Amino acid sequence: MPSPGDSGAREQWPLWEVFVRSSRGLSHVHAGSLHAPDETMAVRNARDLYTRRNEGVSVWVVRASDITASDPDAKGAFFESPQGKDFRHAIYYTKSEGVAHL
Amino acid sequence: MVTTTHATATATATAPAAAATMADGDLSEDDRVGLARFLELIESDSRVEPTDWMPAAYRKTLVRQISQHGHSEIIGMQPEGNWITRAPSLKRKAILMAKVQDEAGHGLYLYSAAQTLGTDRDTMFEQLITGAAKYSSIFNYLTPTWADMGSIGWLVDGAAICNQVPLCRASYGPYARAMVRICKEESFHQRQGFEILLSLMNGTDAQAKMAQESVNRWYAPALMMFGPPDDESPNSKQSMEWNIKRFSNDELRQRFVDMLVPQAEILGITLPDPDLSFDEETGHWRFGELDWSEFYDVLKGNGQANSVRVAKRRAAHENGAWVREAARAYADKQAAAAATAAEAATLAQNEMVAA
Repeated sequence: MPSPGDSGAREQWPLWEVFVRSSRGLSHVHAGSLHAPDETMAVRNARDLYTRRNEGVSVWVVRASDITASDPDAKGAFFESPQGKDFRHAIYYTKSEGVAHL
Repeated sequence: MVTTTHATATATATAPAAAATMADGDLSEDDRVGLARFLELIESDSRVEPTDWMPAAYRKTLVRQISQHGHSEIIGMQPEGNWITRAPSLKRKAILMAKVQDEAGHGLYLYSAAQTLGTDRDTMFEQLITGAAKYSSIFNYLTPTWADMGSIGWLVDGAAICNQVPLCRASYGPYARAMVRICKEESFHQRQGFEILLSLMNGTDAQAKMAQESVNRWYAPALMMFGPPDDESPNSKQSMEWNIKRFSNDELRQRFVDMLVPQAEILGITLPDPDLSFDEETGHWRFGELDWSEFYDVLKGNGQANSVRVAKRRAAHENGAWVREAARAYADKQAAAAATAAEAATLAQNEMVAA
C-alpha cells in the first residue's frame, strides 16, 4: 500500500518519503517527499531539499511504494477501540485527587 | 508533501480517477457518505487529507492552484538567475544563489503536494513546457537592472508572502504544510530585497535613480499578483467556501499596500501612484486604479518574456533528459546486481547446508 502520490512506474523516478531528525534525542519526523532514481540520490536530495537551514542531523528516506498504511475507509472500525475506555487515562481516576505525588 | 497515514493502494489508484469523472449530481451511497464527511471537515475548519473523499471540483481547483503555484516557483528562478553571474559582490552572489535554490525547493514541495491529488510531477512538468498550465504573470517581466533583484524581493516576494501566509491554513493538509515551510523561507527573500534597495537608495544618485526606476516598473505588476478585483474573480467565492482561500484578492491587495507605504518611506522611495492617499475613516491607504488590460494581456502571452521563460524551461527539461535516464538506468543496474549477489549468496549457503 503506497503513500498518496506514488505513481508507480508511470514516472521516470520513484517517489520517496523523507524523515528528518532535527536534533539528537528526537525522533525522525516526516518532512515531505521527493523524487530520486535510487536511495543514495534520495538521501542527497533530501539533504538539499529539507535541511538547507540546519533543520536536521539525520535523514531517512523510504520508497513511497514500500509504505504500508491503514485503510482510510476502515477509519471508524480500525480506530474506535479506545472509545469508552477512559480508564486508560490518568484523569479517569479522581479519588486520589489531593494526594501528593499521585 | 505527502502524508503517509491513512493511505491505501486503492485510494491512490482509483479515487482520483473516480472523483474526476463523476459529476457531483449523481452520487452513489459511498459518495454521499464521503461528501457529508467532507462538508463536516470544511464546516469545522479541519483539514482534508489525500485519501479522504473530496468533490471532483475541489480536487481540480487544488491541482490547478498548487501546480500553478509550483510552476511559478520554477519559472521564478529565471528572472533572478539572470543576475547571479553579475551580482555586485561575492556575498550578494551567494545570497542570490541561496534564494534561487529556495525557489527550486518551493517548486518541489508544491509539486509533491499536488501529486497527492493524483497528478504526477512528470505530467505537471509536461503541462508547463507545452503551455497547458499557467504560472504567475509577474515572472513574464524582464529584469534589466540589478535594482530589479531588490524590487523582486521587496515587492514580488512581499506580495507572495501576503498571499501565502493565509494559505498555511488552507483546508487541504499537504498544501497547507508545504506553505508553512515556504513562508518560513520566504521571509529572508523579502528582507534581502529590501536591503538591496536600501543600499542603492543610500548610494550614489545614479544608484538611487536605478532603485526608484525599478520600483516604478514593479509596483503595479506586484499589486496585480493578487489577481483580478473581487467582482471579476468568479472562482474566489468557491475557494473561500472551501477554506482554500481565506481572504479575497482585494482584501489581500489592500493589506499589502498598507504594509508597503511605511516601508517605502524608510527606503525613501516614492510609490508610483499619484492617487495614493490615507483614508482617515477606514485607516487604510487608498490607491489608484490598476491597468487590468495589461494584466490580461500578459496572461494571454504578450508579456515581455512569456516565450523566453517557457522556451528556457523546455530547454532545461529536454537537455536534462539524458541525466534522468542515465540515473534511472544506473539505479536499475545496481538493483539488478544486488539481487544477483543476494541470490548467489543464498545459493552458496544452501550448498553449504547440503554439504
